[in-house]
Amino acid sequence: MRYAFYPGCVSRGACPELYSATIEVCKILDIELDEEALKGASCTGAGVLQEKNLRLGDTLNARTFAMAEKSGNPLMTICSTCQGVMSQANERLLADPEYLASINEDLTEEGLEYKGTADPKHLLWIIAEDLGMDFLESKIVNKLNGLKLAPFYGCYIVRPTKALGFAENPGRKQALEMVIESVGGEVVDFPGKTLCCGFPILTINPKNSVNMVANHTIDAKDRGADAMVTPCPLCHLNLDGYQPNAASARKREIDLPIIHLPQLLGLALGISPEAMRLNKHIVSTKKLLSELVISP
Amino acid sequence: MEVKFNVRRYDPESTDAVSHFQEYQMDMDDSSTVLDGLIRIREEVDGTLSLRCSCRSAICGSCAVKVNGEAGLACNTKIIDVLSEDGNTVTVEPAGNLPVIKDLVVDFQPFWEKIRAVEPWLQPEGEEPETEYLAPDEDMLHLAGVVSCILCGACVSDCTVMEVDSNFLGPAALAKSYRFVGDPRDDSAQQRFKTLNEDGGVWDCTRCMKCVEVCPKGVAPMDRIMALREQVMEAGYTNTNGARHAFEFSNSVKHSGWLDEKKLVVKSFGIFNIKAMIGLIPLAIRSQRAGKVPPIFHKNIPGVENVRRIFEKVETKK
Repeated sequence: MRYAFYPGCVSRGACPELYSATIEVCKILDIELDEEALKGASCTGAGVLQEKNLRLGDTLNARTFAMAEKSGNPLMTICSTCQGVMSQANERLLADPEYLASINEDLTEEGLEYKGTADPKHLLWIIAEDLGMDFLESKIVNKLNGLKLAPFYGCYIVRPTKALGFAENPGRKQALEMVIESVGGEVVDFPGKTLCCGFPILTINPKNSVNMVANHTIDAKDRGADAMVTPCPLCHLNLDGYQPNAASARKREIDLPIIHLPQLLGLALGISPEAMRLNKHIVSTKKLLSELVISP
Repeated sequence: MEVKFNVRRYDPESTDAVSHFQEYQMDMDDSSTVLDGLIRIREEVDGTLSLRCSCRSAICGSCAVKVNGEAGLACNTKIIDVLSEDGNTVTVEPAGNLPVIKDLVVDFQPFWEKIRAVEPWLQPEGEEPETEYLAPDEDMLHLAGVVSCILCGACVSDCTVMEVDSNFLGPAALAKSYRFVGDPRDDSAQQRFKTLNEDGGVWDCTRCMKCVEVCPKGVAPMDRIMALREQVMEAGYTNTNGARHAFEFSNSVKHSGWLDEKKLVVKSFGIFNIKAMIGLIPLAIRSQRAGKVPPIFHKNIPGVENVRRIFEKVETKK
């Protein structure tokens, strides 16, 4: 299937490893990525822009949706936050035709019009719904035998459930666990998996933010996790980048690698860790990779 | 239907006062609520189980508990909707972020202290009118959502910030503050903004949406907090990391179409905030070593002029 690829800001910024892993994984999963269609699309606003001016955020997202419609392909994202912000914008735009029409007035100058057919989807949902777990399993060359993995969703891909279509797609609640099991991993369940990683208050209240990192990583680690998997690059940035701060705040070792969803898929699909820049993390993945028992 | 209730128990007066789960097997109607189940357990099986409830109609706000880990009113949660897929189990625990007194009963004292801290009463100025203070309907309509709050504490129970910081005013108190800031009869908005701008106020919310999701009354506390942030900034309180972050975020998207992460971090702390800048050095070194750094030159997206035009147009509309 072909998708208009919306990489989001972070995979082009502080998480280049997410971008490269996605490209490699999509090649194997027969997901054809149109990297040109949304080159001119803006940031979603990440909820921050929406705080200041909701209409502005909705106009920018309507513009992105119109570009995806123009390409004739559905929109794929690889960021929980982008997913949530786009789903919420889409819900508002589709709920009120008058609102949509007035938003479209600001797009006409660029020759764009959002007709209301975009259905932005995270790679996680595309795997669970468009490809299916059987298809994923058919592509796996390395079963990650019993690797203990704690899922970490990121707030925006689990709330608000209405905008995210959880009632229509109940599988979305468990999609990450399903992927972990499909690649041969063992799910380490913990209550923090759908809570906040602390990233949004990183510069506002660093102490609280680091405490959240500490709570989640330590809880997962103490429940036996070898690594944590996330479909959200913002969660990755905080849980990985600030894990050393969390460890020193709690005066203990944590050492829990935070793996992007495509990197996990890639390991099972036979992509080399280097190609997915697994060596480019703050919390080293070296030990994890050296102890990995894989089987065809 | 056969239902296994898994209830968290705690009795401070017992000889081994340790929180633990206790199972109760009950035969319930398909239409029963979680509260129906708990009341029947207390009346028919185990009189030592403590819980709070009153109206049974989602009006009094007494019976907020955690059902399967998520806060809600026991009286408007149907068992059939929350049964586990495997064994017809429903797990009930006391509300979070408040001290447990016994079993499902929590101490609301810290909750009321935070509500009181936002001074939830009208503070008009000027001469008292001869009759009552009048407020036009159109000025009050936007408060309809917030005045629906029944002070049940579900939002506080699941607030991800209160879990790590008891200083945070929290979603219930902040939504309450919004209600008074927005009331045309109140004249103390400036004073309220000052408090809201301080530590523990509007900027400490993580925007995780937990409160919006669990509120049984559609109060959407987080949305109110976001609205307050905007009002606080408009009132001139811009010298905070939060305000700088919001401003720089918008600025970055407006000028380049996407986020300049390096600039955003530095500008949020404030470039002359020497302590914060020094604090960033270890992270910068770690990131540099790992090759996890944004591009040195932040390029504009193609067609950025269209994004700028939208900003100009929509910001003027506002």
